[in-house]
Amino acid sequence: MKFISEYRDSRSAEAVANAIRHEARRNYTFMEVCGGHTAAIHRFGIPSILPPEIKLLSGPGCPVCVTPLGYVNKAVALSLERDVIITSFGDLIRVPGSSSSLWDAKASGADVRIVISALDAVDLAAANPDKKVVFMGIGFETTAPGTAAAINRAAGEDLKNFCVLSGHKIMPPAMEAVIREGTAIDGFICPGHVATITGSSVFDFIPRKYGLGCVVSGFEPADILLSILMLVRQVNSSAPACEIEYSRVVTAEGNLKAKALMNKVFQPEDSEWRGLGNISLSGLGIHDAFRYYDASVLFDGLTGEEEGEENPSCLCGEVLRGRKRPSDCRLFAKSCTPENPAGACMVSSEGACNAFYRFKKDA
Amino acid sequence: MHKHITLGHGSGGKLTSDLVKGIFASAFGMNGPLTDSAITGARGEEVAFTTDSYVVDPIFFPGGDIGKLAVCGTVNDLAVAGAVPLSLAASFIIEEGFETGKLETIAGSMAAACLEAGVKIVTGDTKVVEKGKCDEVFITTTGIGLVRPEYRDIGTGRMVAPGDILIVSGPLGNHSIAVTAARKQLSFVTDIVSDCAPLNKMIGRLLDAGAGIRFMRDLTRGGLATVLNELAEMTGFDIYLEEPKIPVDEPVKGVCEMLGFDPLYLANEGKILLVVSQTDATGAIGILRSDPYGKNASVAGHIKDTRGKTVEMKTAAGGTRILNQLSGVQLPRIC
Repeated sequence: MKFISEYRDSRSAEAVANAIRHEARRNYTFMEVCGGHTAAIHRFGIPSILPPEIKLLSGPGCPVCVTPLGYVNKAVALSLERDVIITSFGDLIRVPGSSSSLWDAKASGADVRIVISALDAVDLAAANPDKKVVFMGIGFETTAPGTAAAINRAAGEDLKNFCVLSGHKIMPPAMEAVIREGTAIDGFICPGHVATITGSSVFDFIPRKYGLGCVVSGFEPADILLSILMLVRQVNSSAPACEIEYSRVVTAEGNLKAKALMNKVFQPEDSEWRGLGNISLSGLGIHDAFRYYDASVLFDGLTGEEEGEENPSCLCGEVLRGRKRPSDCRLFAKSCTPENPAGACMVSSEGACNAFYRFKKDA
Repeated sequence: MHKHITLGHGSGGKLTSDLVKGIFASAFGMNGPLTDSAITGARGEEVAFTTDSYVVDPIFFPGGDIGKLAVCGTVNDLAVAGAVPLSLAASFIIEEGFETGKLETIAGSMAAACLEAGVKIVTGDTKVVEKGKCDEVFITTTGIGLVRPEYRDIGTGRMVAPGDILIVSGPLGNHSIAVTAARKQLSFVTDIVSDCAPLNKMIGRLLDAGAGIRFMRDLTRGGLATVLNELAEMTGFDIYLEEPKIPVDEPVKGVCEMLGFDPLYLANEGKILLVVSQTDATGAIGILRSDPYGKNASVAGHIKDTRGKTVEMKTAAGGTRILNQLSGVQLPRIC
């Protein structure tokens, strides 16, 4: 596959790492916002290549991790309704709710199916007219256009038995929340796939308003290392800016068609983030014009269990804010493992705790 | 232990291991190492004895079908235990309404696989259940083989020593991806074909040559990563793996990238891991590469002299990281 081996070559990685080593003048802390970056960083062993001056923190960009307990509880409650088929991306299924996960619900008889695209859920609805197919719409600007396309298609086909429980969120407000929380960072490795849709310009406010560097990065080792080098240079020259490393895919404007579709189907609303709390206008609710496809309207009143306390020892929230590292949590790798996750950050392969658990010896 | 069985308990990873150890091995008083075949005595000769159930969905996939899989899987389990496969038993659970023609096709591919492997199906059983009580057809095959005494410990890890070389017999992941694609779960078309094959003749040639094979395992559920973690656990040694040397076909790499799978955890039905003494590694590679099922065999790493029971991997980017046991499910019902 083109663009894999080229960006994974150990010689190019080494050359960029050497440049970082050569140009580092102080200690730097950068936050990779996107869960895809967290997974890639650990999968490729990037920390073992970097000089000790560079510290990387994981941010709130793992879709499953930031999905609040209330959403999971509602999903579980929906799965127990008669004639309902729950469709979801794989990771969400294993996130523990207050007393069970969708995975547990499936094992005890609920019809829960993993799909790799929201459009597959529409197909499933068309094939099962006597069932109600509910798609668990979570994720950022990367997955939201897919959900928008699904709703748009269902509306176009006048499909009455498809709906979406939208937990979709947008990235920039969460990054701003992290800055306002006072997490000490010198810049962001910005989410490349989000920026493919939104364009890099959505991050322009960060250098302008907060004086922090931003580099939109790809997901291969050479991309991530090069982005770190670009951030080091921004800090060294005291010239914070929003730059694009992932220029083979990302532009300043983004994907206009996808953005138009999102604007058609969704409307901004306040949204609850695990770890960060309620952030104003950070969520994507389903637009009034498409309320027929909104599971939260259709199943109004069905909230699932009262939003119970999360496990008080679980540090997911602190980890998502960049305040704590997974290894700081006393549940980590003891009572919280990928088989038996206590918190969402251990469930998703993009979660910081999961990546630390799988890829690091001294986590 | 979970209150209900989840699909994760069938993944071949940690949940499977917890299930087998926690419920079956303890109830049956099985205290020895859990290897692919049991070695049991019969009038001076030792016999390897193994069984496996096949529930692959769909039952026909590029490169094979459930019948070929059922024969090859059991033959390979015997072969990697250092045994010469002799006879198989085959049991069928068939769903009411299943087409007889499909059953004939499956029986035909079982016969062809047996012919190639040089084994015979000598006994079996058939049950039919009401529609909806099973999915088309499930097959269980049980096999026995004669153990080559010098290799009776080949599945246990007892002979493994620091410095030994890891050899992978060919590219990884093709079976899992071929089956998943055939299930039409991918929204694109691939021409990836399952590697399902009987490996007993290739393995026989390796053992005949007297190559210093210290350990052997087929890379089925849970893939290379799971086998290496079990080996580290069994031997106590750390294991060093070099990602760039592990063969993976480009189309498989591409699908894995798109869907977030790691080929090191994907099941294969025609690949083995060998641990060979340093002096015999070149010879073993030569024998493997002269066989069609081993033509892309490659050295993939070595056994370290430290005792941390950890699999460490040098990544393609030149970094290092840990390769852990599979957690949960990667792809269900691929065998």
